Amino acid sequence: MGKNVVTWTVRVIVYIGLLAFFIWVFSNSYLNHLVENFEEFLVLLRQHIQLVALSSFLAIAVAVPSAILVTRPQFQRFEGVVSTVVNFGYTIPNMAILALMMGIMGIGFQTAVVALFIYSILPIFRNTLAGIQSVNSNLIDSAKGMGFKPYQILFKVELPNAAYSIIAGIRTAVVINIGATALAYLIGGGGLGNWIFVGINVFDNSILISGALPITILAITVDLFLRLLERKVVPRGARPSTR
Amino acid sequence: MIQYKNVTKVYGEDVTAVDQVSLDVNEGEIVVLLGPSGCGKTTLLRMVNGLESVTDGDITFNGESIKDLNEIELRRKIGYVIQSNGLFPNMTIEQNVTVVPTLLGWSKEDKKKRYEELMELVGLDAEDYRKRYPHELSGGQQQRIGVIRALAADPPAMLMDEPFGALDPIIRERVQDEFLAIQRELNKTILFVSHDIDEAIKMGDKIALMKDGQLMQYDKPSQILQNPANDFVAQFVGKDRMVKSLTIHRIEQLMERYDLLVSSIEKGEIATVSKSSNLRDVLSYILESKQQAVHVVDENDEVIGQVDFALVNQYMIDLADSNEPVVNP
Repeated sequence: MGKNVVTWTVRVIVYIGLLAFFIWVFSNSYLNHLVENFEEFLVLLRQHIQLVALSSFLAIAVAVPSAILVTRPQFQRFEGVVSTVVNFGYTIPNMAILALMMGIMGIGFQTAVVALFIYSILPIFRNTLAGIQSVNSNLIDSAKGMGFKPYQILFKVELPNAAYSIIAGIRTAVVINIGATALAYLIGGGGLGNWIFVGINVFDNSILISGALPITILAITVDLFLRLLERKVVPRGARPSTR
Repeated sequence: MIQYKNVTKVYGEDVTAVDQVSLDVNEGEIVVLLGPSGCGKTTLLRMVNGLESVTDGDITFNGESIKDLNEIELRRKIGYVIQSNGLFPNMTIEQNVTVVPTLLGWSKEDKKKRYEELMELVGLDAEDYRKRYPHELSGGQQQRIGVIRALAADPPAMLMDEPFGALDPIIRERVQDEFLAIQRELNKTILFVSHDIDEAIKMGDKIALMKDGQLMQYDKPSQILQNPANDFVAQFVGKDRMVKSLTIHRIEQLMERYDLLVSSIEKGEIATVSKSSNLRDVLSYILESKQQAVHVVDENDEVIGQVDFALVNQYMIDLADSNEPVVNP
């Protein structure tokens, strides 16, 4: 009950803040730049989404299987090494990764994708790992004892019970990624970051807000969508509220 | 049906968990592997379905060495129940119960039918639980589901690792009774790990008492209680072992032996016990009634005889003398 009150209070405060922000934006006509340059906006938005989608997809495709791999008995001894490498990748500031990648690959879209990809791996990897490792060992034992094959244990027991954690990791990574993609402008990767940085440089709030606001809305929308996906994918009995 | 032949299990270099154990488990019997923690009873159990490897010696299942059998197929032929029930939280009750039939590729209809049969067996409403998840059930209900899940593909044998250990005493007793009733119908061959002497006496057709990986005594509960093979067994079963052994015998067995069955005794002021009560309960009733004897009644509440302390005493003495095989309740 007490927890609910707190949640709702916070929620109301956030909504009020959001409302105030929109009133501020519209009363100052800060979105004029967006409306006047709608064609350009669509191009930037498309670039932004492409950067996020591609880098996130690659990160999921690499992080989930490698986390699965290092939890298999045959590869368990590599878990430490892989975790260290992935953690190390995350300790470098994302600006630095961009600069580093630029040094190696030059400027452009691909460089931005690779940099964002590297930065998205950790949350997904770590959550997948934690999710699989937190599956009760009794479940694995009884699955084995009943004659599950190793791949059946993975797909019928481990992954479904880790699904909540895995999707939570993907959500975190993608939402952070959407924000971080604004930096792609710095290495010529395109995206809505263009307007943010131009806005900062010429002290024009309208240009800045026209870049920042859509990114925020994009992040919220994607987060919502992934929440829905989580409801669909994670079996009712495997959600944390049921443990 | 399951035979241990000089089975030894060594962990690492020199930790011997099971030491030269030989043991025959006959078809349709419940054998309880009993002993203090760390005595190797669970290891002994888990070697049957290959969850633990056998270091030395051999185990046969239906006459075939388990080394020659396909591990996965063998496991699907042996029901497996563990203490914390091991139900899969991501699966509904129906999916959990029919998990082995699913592995075996049964048709949807067959699985549904089997699920409903099994739920009826433990007195749970099939419809009501079909779409529910394990966390929505009480501990006792979960354990019942764990048991029928192991029975789902109708395996000839079951391995049960302290299956009722996590339940509170009242629920445990009820689930034990229920399980015994099911077993009387199904006649599975069951290996049952327990650390509780009372549970072992109640559940076991035979008890294998272990200590430090070695088999101390393998016998019927009555023999273990009345003729402990050594000091450890005597100590483990407790000073009250003769009182415990009273629980094995039912009052109707005593009355049959002495041909005490009479018809038409008037129901008097005297307390009554059901003829299926065990002797320990009968003595307790006599003490409670503050009289010399109690009347025994059949299922229709008709008095069929009278029993007193001396008679129970005589019965136990005669049994020990004749050393005759005793039927378990």
